[in-house]
Amino acid sequence: MTEAVIIGVGLHPFGRFTGKTALDMGADAVRLALADAGVNWPQIQGGYIGSYEVANPDAIVARLGLTGVPLRGVFNGCATAGTSVALAARAIETGEHDLTIAIGLDKHPRGAFAADPSVAGIPSWYGQTGLFLTTHFFGMKINRYMHDHGISHETLARVAAKNFGNAARNEKAWRRTPLSVEEILASPVLNYPLRQYMYCGPDEGAAALVLCRADQAHKYTGKPVRIRSTALRSRRLGAFEVQSPSFPVGEVVASPTVDASREAYERAGIGPEDVDVAQLQDTDAGSEVIHMAENGLCKDGEQERLIAEGATEIGGRLPVNTDGGLLGNGEPIGASGLRQIHEIVLQLRGTAGDRQIPGTPRVGYTHLYGAPGVSAVTILST
Amino acid sequence: MTTTQIPVAEGLFTWPPDESTPLRLIGSECTGCGLVSFPAASDCVRCASTESKERLLAERGTLWTYTTQDFRPPSPPYDGPEAFEPYAVGYIELPGELLVEARLTEPDPDKLRIGQEMRLTLVPYTVRDDGTEVVTFAFAPAEEEAS
Ligand SMILES: [Zn+2]
Repeated sequence: MTEAVIIGVGLHPFGRFTGKTALDMGADAVRLALADAGVNWPQIQGGYIGSYEVANPDAIVARLGLTGVPLRGVFNGCATAGTSVALAARAIETGEHDLTIAIGLDKHPRGAFAADPSVAGIPSWYGQTGLFLTTHFFGMKINRYMHDHGISHETLARVAAKNFGNAARNEKAWRRTPLSVEEILASPVLNYPLRQYMYCGPDEGAAALVLCRADQAHKYTGKPVRIRSTALRSRRLGAFEVQSPSFPVGEVVASPTVDASREAYERAGIGPEDVDVAQLQDTDAGSEVIHMAENGLCKDGEQERLIAEGATEIGGRLPVNTDGGLLGNGEPIGASGLRQIHEIVLQLRGTAGDRQIPGTPRVGYTHLYGAPGVSAVTILST
Repeated sequence: MTTTQIPVAEGLFTWPPDESTPLRLIGSECTGCGLVSFPAASDCVRCASTESKERLLAERGTLWTYTTQDFRPPSPPYDGPEAFEPYAVGYIELPGELLVEARLTEPDPDKLRIGQEMRLTLVPYTVRDDGTEVVTFAFAPAEEEAS
């Protein structure tokens, strides 16, 4: 089977852009990715485009050129971008196309996501009585995890401080003001034990990746980034997942992140010990802590020591969320996972500037998690 | 004036609870594999059976995890009072049945503890314009009674 490689990446800054549409942000990201790859829009043979807010993101062709390209809209919650890159890669792997694009764009209103529970197949009383908040799940999951594995409140604050610090080195990040551990611990509790500065927020932004057949990459770049595997899994019965009025008693089943991670490592023939840099879904500081273990990058409970030692900082043994992650960048859902891959590509090329990790990183890892219990993993290498 | 109370939804818990029908959550049990569900569900997510029977769930359990809600949730869907009072939510493990998510009567996280005994109760979580109280199920720490 032909292998897919990334030859171009483009990122519109994440944040708030009053007066600019999501499609225009997407078009900017696409043009950056095309320029980075050294190709023109008419050369793109197919693509996948993801968005939560834009009903017809494929309308972007009106900005880029009406070439007749098959551009398929995808949506898969917070795993949307993982889905678009997986499908774009698959189109190359199966020989359907030689040159494809994955695009993500979104423009969310301010504040926490609000919706009618019925869209998630959940009865109205769940929302009326104040249970339908995804942030509850994150608070409850890390609270239990801290109890079981000895994680401290300081560790949560250190994760947030690291990500805001990394974002301060990233001109395209949204939250670029560094915050100290003390400032983070002094911010108001939103959902115990998570505080205001331990949560990411929905925002606006776009990203795009140009992919081609590995055997043609030399025509475009000397530094292609290989897509070694992609995996997407949904929740299994017994897993503790977001938006669940109840779940079965007994042994708690592994989260879809564990399932997607194992499948991705196996398909890539790459193990957690080989990962040089990782981008993990940090909807909140607790999620980053849990996702380190769920993605096989450490054992449960080891995070307390690793984070205290600075292992996950730029310059540490296992840098995590070097561009600031979701805490620093916010989450435009359709684009978020492509932003993660954009950062990994820069790191593997050695062009991440102020936030470049030392040495010669070879393997990068990206992970998404979202409602209603879906996870996507992409493993990349030089 | 007597206050009128109504349940937030029919079929969620026994209503009105009294001595002959004490307060219980109304779940279901799959007739194929025995999986217990709440709220009651006709379709089984384990064996795909479409037949189930009603099962009243245990009124006591242990607190598996919890968090607090310190800001007013987006409205809709939340229809609690404009004057917001923080509350707590958690999952209570009902032994041999399931873990159920519920509001907790104790809003202070420092007074909650994973593993503590909890018992089912009702809370009037909001009042309508005509004075009708809307009640929902909640769990309260049971330690006072146990000690
Ligand atoms: Zn069944």
